[in-house]
Amino acid sequence: MGIYSKPFVFAITATLVILIGTVATVFVPMFMPSTQPASGFVKPYTAIEQEGRDLYMREGCNNCHTQTVRPLRTEVLRYGEYSKAEEFAWDRPFLWGSRRTGPDLNRVGGKYPDSWHYRHMNKPQDMFAQSNMPPYDWMAANKLDTSISFKKTKVLGYGYTEEEVKQQIADYRSRVTAAGYDSKDTRDQVTPADLRGELTEMDAMVAYLQKLGRDVKSMEAKQ
Amino acid sequence: MKEDHGYDYSIVRGFAFSALFWLIVGLTIGLWIAFEMFNPALNITPWLSFGRLRVVHTNGLGVGFGMSGIFATAYYMLQRLTRTPLPFPKLAKAHLYVFNLAIAAAAVSLMAGMNTTREYAELEWPLDIGVVVMWVMFAINVFAILVRRREKQMYISLWYLVAMTVTVAVLYIVNNLEIPVTLTKSYSLYAGGNDANVEWWYGHNIVGFIFTVPVLAMFYYFLPKATGLPIYSHRLSIVSFWSLIFAYLWTGAHHLMLTPLPEWIQTVAIAFSIFLIAPSWGSVLNGYYTLQGNWDQMRSNYLTKFFIIGITFYGLQTLQGPLQGLRTLNAFFHYTDWVVGHVHMGTMGWVAMVISASFYYMIPKISDRNLYSIRLANIHFWLILVGQLAWTITMWIGGIQQGAMWKATNPDGSLMYSFLDGLTSLYPYYRLRFAAGVVYFIGILIFAWNLVQTVRQPAEAEASTTKP
Repeated sequence: MGIYSKPFVFAITATLVILIGTVATVFVPMFMPSTQPASGFVKPYTAIEQEGRDLYMREGCNNCHTQTVRPLRTEVLRYGEYSKAEEFAWDRPFLWGSRRTGPDLNRVGGKYPDSWHYRHMNKPQDMFAQSNMPPYDWMAANKLDTSISFKKTKVLGYGYTEEEVKQQIADYRSRVTAAGYDSKDTRDQVTPADLRGELTEMDAMVAYLQKLGRDVKSMEAKQ
Repeated sequence: MKEDHGYDYSIVRGFAFSALFWLIVGLTIGLWIAFEMFNPALNITPWLSFGRLRVVHTNGLGVGFGMSGIFATAYYMLQRLTRTPLPFPKLAKAHLYVFNLAIAAAAVSLMAGMNTTREYAELEWPLDIGVVVMWVMFAINVFAILVRRREKQMYISLWYLVAMTVTVAVLYIVNNLEIPVTLTKSYSLYAGGNDANVEWWYGHNIVGFIFTVPVLAMFYYFLPKATGLPIYSHRLSIVSFWSLIFAYLWTGAHHLMLTPLPEWIQTVAIAFSIFLIAPSWGSVLNGYYTLQGNWDQMRSNYLTKFFIIGITFYGLQTLQGPLQGLRTLNAFFHYTDWVVGHVHMGTMGWVAMVISASFYYMIPKISDRNLYSIRLANIHFWLILVGQLAWTITMWIGGIQQGAMWKATNPDGSLMYSFLDGLTSLYPYYRLRFAAGVVYFIGILIFAWNLVQTVRQPAEAEASTTKP
């Protein structure tokens, strides 16, 4: 029973024992192509979509919403085509979630118009009286902070130049503040008057939700 | 028999009462979010919205309560089992302060929305560094005391503590590798499926090496102490230990069943999950057989029932876990409240019961006082037992119902229920769950009160000798 009277030998042995499964199921797969497939159809998030994604993380949306549709009959029927590995190539971190208090969001992009999301995020109970989702009306009252947007896309390796990021932000701003924006009325209703000409946190959140699953849908459309 | 071997018990007391504090905080938040589940009115401010508070609940109880309970009992067991005073008491004291500061900072930062979203690893990178520093402070005392020990053989509980010390370090560091953007924002080093695989390797094993391994250390130490009966089989505990720590690390991917993670990783995880029943039940049976011929202690010794009912929940937990990891059952249960019920049987049943009983044994002993009230301890036992059972069974039924509603189709093949139908059908269960949580919470308040009153009593030098 030598090992039980030699603490360091014991500790090293225990470490080796726990590392076997770790190496086999985590470290080795890390370098296998099957865990990191890439597809030309799956594009990185724009700076605004990434800001929305960061807000999704800040608010802990992943505690109630999953982002992975399983290959099950009723799941595909409810949410759309099941999720594929390559869709998440740019996701750092992954946001698959573990509990569906609310519905899965992996295919929510393009399912509803922006106005639907503005209204729903503002007060979910206005649309579904029985919903238990917290209201996020205050996100429309927060101006979007884009001061580190470029730095974020750089760390994430999206390959945008600083000018491209500025352009993305300016483009999205002119899109949602334009007189002809199809969701203008709803956006104006939920956004305080002094922020209607600016980008708000809610704008970024809507941009992110609309991106989810869009690339895969466009791939399917081409086939 | 007042003993004085120069053992440092102030650190034990410090961590024990920190554990009680974070337990009450974490359960209060738990009740708050349980209420939000059926009535969103409590999402008063962004800081109190469900998405932010849920992680304060899990971190507050898992780390705040669980870890400080583990540190309290570890510092006690380490000194007793090696018959050696703590080598660096000042370092341990600093560990206590750093720990509590880190938990407080963690709670505030999570409420402020600094959340990496990787479950049970939500803290941002400066706090991660704080956690690693804190862990090293603990590990130095662990290894130093083992080097200086006066007892040649290391008892089972020490194996579990050493395994926890090294494994948590590996898990935490590998999983939290992230690239900082600012002081309060970082991105994971891994992407997509890899990130998921690393995270659930961590997520599953951090639960294993915090809620199982050190709690088994307590069980193997405090059960014989509290009952006066030696552990039934040393050999069984050796086999259980090595097979447990070997098999655990393969199973993380059962949290990712039917996701885009490569299928072979999922299948390997299922196989090892089933294998894990053996070492888990090795410990359960070792506990049961220890009581062989002395089952009357379930009635006569208030501590025995905490340990035995606690290990029973561990046994049920380790049967339920592998079963719900099976692909077909997982397809039905995953993402429902069934899993929430599963987790809470382990934490509210197994972990809380064993830590409770360990504290009931340890606190009077290190304070030279008798327990304030055995009667209150019994009331505490029944309240947390009933509260936990009502809580978990309610969630299992809710989970079955939701799983069935998600899956139901009409004869024409279309979905029978909208998502909202499934959700709203759970509200009665959520109300019941809240009520069960209140019962449990009252039990815990009695527990805390009992221990506070114990140390507030005037010291009785003769306390131990007059004890029946």
